Amino acid sequence: MTPMKRSNDTPVIGDAQIALLERLCNASAVTGDEREVRAIVLEEVRPLADEVRVDALGSVIAIRHAKKPNPLRVMLDAHMDEVGFLIVADEEGGLFRFIKVGGIDERILPGKTVVVGRDNLPGVIGAKAIHLTEPGETDNKIPLDALRIDIGPGGGKVKPGDRATFATRFRSSGPSFVAKALDNRLGCAALIEILRAAANSTALDHIELLLAFSVQEEIGGRGARVAAYALEPDLAIAIDSTPAHDLPMHDAADGYPNENITYNTRLGAGPAIYVADSATLGDPRLVRHLIQTGDALGIPYQIRQPGSGGTDAGAIHRVRAGVPAISVSTPGRYAHTAASVVRRADWENTISLIWNALANMEGDIMAGERF
Amino acid sequence: MADFKPFLKQLISLPGLSAHETPVREVIAENWKPLVDELTVSRMGSLHGLKRGTAPLPNPDAPRPKILLAAHMDAIGLMVTGISEGGFLRFFRIGGVDPRILPGTPVTVHARGGDLPAVVVQPSDALLPAALRGKPVKMEYLFIDTGLEEEDVRAKVRVGDLVSFATQPTELTGDVLAGHSLDNRASVAALTVCLEELRHTSHTWDVYAVATVQEEETLMGGFTSPYEIGPQIAVAVDVTHAKGPGASDWRTVPMGKGFALDWGPNTHPVLYEDFKTLADQLEMPYSLEVYPSGSGTDAMGMQIVNEGIPTMVVSIPLRYMHTPVEVVSYKDIARTGRLLAAFIAGLEQDYMDRLKYED
Repeated sequence: MTPMKRSNDTPVIGDAQIALLERLCNASAVTGDEREVRAIVLEEVRPLADEVRVDALGSVIAIRHAKKPNPLRVMLDAHMDEVGFLIVADEEGGLFRFIKVGGIDERILPGKTVVVGRDNLPGVIGAKAIHLTEPGETDNKIPLDALRIDIGPGGGKVKPGDRATFATRFRSSGPSFVAKALDNRLGCAALIEILRAAANSTALDHIELLLAFSVQEEIGGRGARVAAYALEPDLAIAIDSTPAHDLPMHDAADGYPNENITYNTRLGAGPAIYVADSATLGDPRLVRHLIQTGDALGIPYQIRQPGSGGTDAGAIHRVRAGVPAISVSTPGRYAHTAASVVRRADWENTISLIWNALANMEGDIMAGERF
Repeated sequence: MADFKPFLKQLISLPGLSAHETPVREVIAENWKPLVDELTVSRMGSLHGLKRGTAPLPNPDAPRPKILLAAHMDAIGLMVTGISEGGFLRFFRIGGVDPRILPGTPVTVHARGGDLPAVVVQPSDALLPAALRGKPVKMEYLFIDTGLEEEDVRAKVRVGDLVSFATQPTELTGDVLAGHSLDNRASVAALTVCLEELRHTSHTWDVYAVATVQEEETLMGGFTSPYEIGPQIAVAVDVTHAKGPGASDWRTVPMGKGFALDWGPNTHPVLYEDFKTLADQLEMPYSLEVYPSGSGTDAMGMQIVNEGIPTMVVSIPLRYMHTPVEVVSYKDIARTGRLLAAFIAGLEQDYMDRLKYED
């Protein structure tokens, strides 16, 4: 094996990259209507890729052809969709009943601002005034069917079937980014930056670079599945954002040690490499290659605690005769809420790890033993 | 101020938690300065704007009577109680806050050396005591995350630092505004509309527009400002519960259909009748609202200052009170301001002779 080298063309995160991430996070793309993010992705990838198309489900496929013979076909996947809401009934006076799209903890909904429909009309999810609550009432969740999206008594162009999402605007905060939908605009922006760097470098010329900006991840990796079928990759890497439950553990009163043993990932510890989640057992050759890349080049990484959860890799790896696949995620606190928090350095290192793993990937990687 | 909307949006973008009202008071003072004859700040921090009576007095030997209009300017919020491992902040509430509206709420931590944008967060269930999993997370288990590293947090933040809500003001359809602290900055805007009206209205009584402090915790301004001013009549202008999701019983009134005139122990019966008659004469829409004991406004304090002061309570309907997305109708605010000005314009020098209990 040739010794690994850090690529001189490794993408660097600067103001322009953050500005793109901001645009992507502020765009609305609830599962089933990924239009706004798709438009940004298309605008970015069209000048950079050799082939660009939108598939039958709405995913963006962008291909950069290899410049050398017998290339590895490598699929990089990032989902464009985000969790959100679907309007299901107009109760007049600007009040709308809604349901959740994707996994949202309804405890985080009251008191939030949202945007509704294709015009992104502002609205709020209120809560009964504390003065009007009965004794003991605040011990219970406000059920989803008691919540409404309120766009004001003037009404407007909102109707059942419209989607809604949090109105949170992206901001940088010291070493962090705070925004909605960082899961998974971080991945979308990472793919774009990798494509941009590849287009201006020879470092990935040995790879047929197959990018899928997938739809419908939040309801089960449906876009990624058909994209993988169409692309027929030799291997795939799903780039996503995974929860960091790295908050203090409350004093345990039930016999467990007072130690946070279910942190999943930690902010600041680098990109998270998946060995196992509930959908995928990470391909051991790819796990090994990513770890070797990180170790050899001094790129921080962490192993995501094996456990529940899933990414597009779970949909990709069983397509056709099977696709060796792995996930790499930027850790993010408070995923699927109005405001997630991630570290800029973790995102930069995610991109760097993927880029250098590809730049140092040899054509026979899949010939290795599965151990 | 032909249009009070930008002023109100500015007011709800400013901090000013109970006992720390200076940032909002300064902006109110700036806007009231051209509208009043004298502007002073009380010992406890309330803003007193005096607009002297302009009409000639039938009895020039008697002093001009005074009316006090009170709108509290303090806001509810949070306060840092500790810094946990990792730099996560523990906190408690200032004023009444339902912890269920907090996770995901943007806030500003007013730290040494400057404001830190942050967000209230809830730990995942696995990090909470088993009995609490799946339940709303109580305030003592919630955190504030600044996005900063622990070392930086410890250098900047200390116990006792104030935390304001930071949800941006948002105009919704139908001429309504959503945001935090509309309780009771909406009423400060109404007083401003009133002062604006009085610029071109002759009135006999001296008018004290007062932006009071600490209503949410101690009724401080409600007690202390009337003591200092000594008015013959005091009107509390505050918000009340508007009908909306989860709120439809007798304690609620419609939003956008006018102010509410409040009937209960803090309301002088003659003032109540006179306000009602006036609203009818002006053909202004309004709701009548009853409260069984305390009105929950500055009137509770003002009524029992000195030898007792006849008080009235006028309310602006507001949805989702004490959440970061309170909603109020601009029209209701403007109507409230015009009603107060019309009432003042109609006060004769001997109006107090009417305020009798004739059982």
